[in-house]
Amino acid sequence: MDENTPILQVDGLNTTFYRNGSALAALRDISFSVARGEVLGLVGESGSGKSVTLRSIIGLARRYGDVTGAVRWQGRDLVGMADRALRQIQGREIAMIFQEPMTSLNPLLTVGLQLEETLRAHTDLSRTARRDRATEMLDLVGIPSASQRLKDYPHQFSGGMRQRVMIAIALAANPKLLLADEPTTALDVTIQAQILDLILQLAQDLDMGVLMVTHDLGVVAQTCDNVAVMYAGRIVEQGPVRDVLREPRHPYTVGLMRSVPENLPPRSPLYSIPGVPPGLDALPVGCAFAPRCASCIAPCSQDRPTLSLITEGRQVACFNPIATSQGNAA
Amino acid sequence: MTAPVMEIRDLHLRFPLGRSPGDFLTGRPGRVVNALNGVSLDLIRGETLGVVGESGCGKSTLARCIVRLYKPSDGEIRFDGNDIFAADQRSDRVYNRRVQMMFQDPYSSLNPRMTTGQILTEALRVHEMRPEADIPGRVAELLELVRLPQDAQHKLPHEFSGGQRQRIAIARALAVEPEVLIADELVSALDVSVQAQVVNLLLELQDTLGLTILFVAHDLRLVRHVSNRVAVIYLGRIVEIGDSETLFSAPSHPYSQALLQAAPSLNPDDRGRAVKLEGELPSPLNMPSGCPFHVRCRHATDICKSTRPTLQPFKEQGEVACHNVEEINTHA
Repeated sequence: MDENTPILQVDGLNTTFYRNGSALAALRDISFSVARGEVLGLVGESGSGKSVTLRSIIGLARRYGDVTGAVRWQGRDLVGMADRALRQIQGREIAMIFQEPMTSLNPLLTVGLQLEETLRAHTDLSRTARRDRATEMLDLVGIPSASQRLKDYPHQFSGGMRQRVMIAIALAANPKLLLADEPTTALDVTIQAQILDLILQLAQDLDMGVLMVTHDLGVVAQTCDNVAVMYAGRIVEQGPVRDVLREPRHPYTVGLMRSVPENLPPRSPLYSIPGVPPGLDALPVGCAFAPRCASCIAPCSQDRPTLSLITEGRQVACFNPIATSQGNAA
Repeated sequence: MTAPVMEIRDLHLRFPLGRSPGDFLTGRPGRVVNALNGVSLDLIRGETLGVVGESGCGKSTLARCIVRLYKPSDGEIRFDGNDIFAADQRSDRVYNRRVQMMFQDPYSSLNPRMTTGQILTEALRVHEMRPEADIPGRVAELLELVRLPQDAQHKLPHEFSGGQRQRIAIARALAVEPEVLIADELVSALDVSVQAQVVNLLLELQDTLGLTILFVAHDLRLVRHVSNRVAVIYLGRIVEIGDSETLFSAPSHPYSQALLQAAPSLNPDDRGRAVKLEGELPSPLNMPSGCPFHVRCRHATDICKSTRPTLQPFKEQGEVACHNVEEINTHA
């Protein structure tokens, strides 16, 4: 398959939840694609819709709300797919790792059993072959003396090791796409560096696409090829990591980057975006960021800017994007 | 350099674990978690001292010892020259007022059934900060100080966002007019832009009120930004302490070097440049001999395995606990 052919194509994805009779627009018009071996980052603050995006793709959100639009996975549409058929894809072709390594494993089962469970569900390997594969997987994610540790329970592993186990389980069935929801947020920086390295290495070796949700721009800078910035359920800016971080064009991306205390005189006041994100049940008519935006102009409060191409590979949803002239990135 | 407001000397804290049935059968002694292994440091009046390290290294334990939530097994903490663990109820009260702690989790550190007004009033009453008649006025002042609207008084904690709750926590700490604030991961649970607002507030209050702050956090960028000095802790021991800018721009201890390099840079061009630290923090149940870092250290030599290095002055205003610090830093 051609390097640039997307394996996953999300087109106009909308997710709506309902609370006390009012509709919450959790996701609106999300479109992006992921190619083989590509690492795409989704960044934004809490509540911007990053995790819901992952859950809507893999069919975990539709039980709780309405998901519309198209999620094209190798020629098939996941949004309208029956649960039964979807189950053949969940965990086998598309795998997911969750944020909390402490609560995502069953504390009553050994790690080996949990690994084998995945293999039994998604492969037709024999019992002995499954055990070998389980050992191989723990080895692959860098857990020392793998064959013995299969008999251990989750509480016998540290946080970093548990996240490795999660990755091993996710990757056991050789998925073509990995959805990673803040995979390193609960970990120390030193362990974070090891886990990110591992995910990158595996993406490369297995030619797997990765969709990585994070709130940490440093993680994006160090691991992703492309990045999509989310605000209030929409993508506001998208493009290659290098370009977006060097020259952010959307005022929200600029604000997010300026909030990170880097290259600042010690103890100088940190920048913070004024105001708070809008509630999903009371989104402004125009651009959702307009009430907090310093570059807000007349049309911003009446119309909603659409995500449109500004230069090769760069998309921004803004009527008055930040000029590119001097490098204003950190 | 001014006089230290707090002196911590050779602080040890061991948590004994219960003996298992197996231990009883074989006559093994119970195991012990060595949470702090000889921490010594001075807190200078008016400074912000950052404390960094991996989870389980003893950062929070140190903070909790300082506010006497834990009693150390060995060593002493002197505040204004007096041992804080010497029993005397009246001076206990005074100490509790002068040294205040703020916690990480804004959801569990405020009583969910008390309004903000009640939370602040309680602090003022317990420490008899104001005559009863002046309390409402002081509550209003405190809310203004942390930039919360006046109607916040009548609201319960669940009505506030995470950032606002941490402001309440700050107001509660400041209510009793402390001299030292212990901030244990105060902003870790917050989004970056909210984090910035709370940090700005804290720095501003420190300047206007002349507070001394012990800032415990795992976010290295943030610690660098707020701190005057920084202590790097590894397995319950300080491995390097010194001026924040010097330490962050040129760390000397191999552990500080590895820790700082592990923080992901915002510049995509730095990709793959960092030397990755292998392995994980050894268990404090089973401390390595000699230098606790030698099992993960690229520069470890024989002496590191047998002898524990002590903090020695190295470079301007810094101290490092490493046998090979000279060689490591001349080659680099």
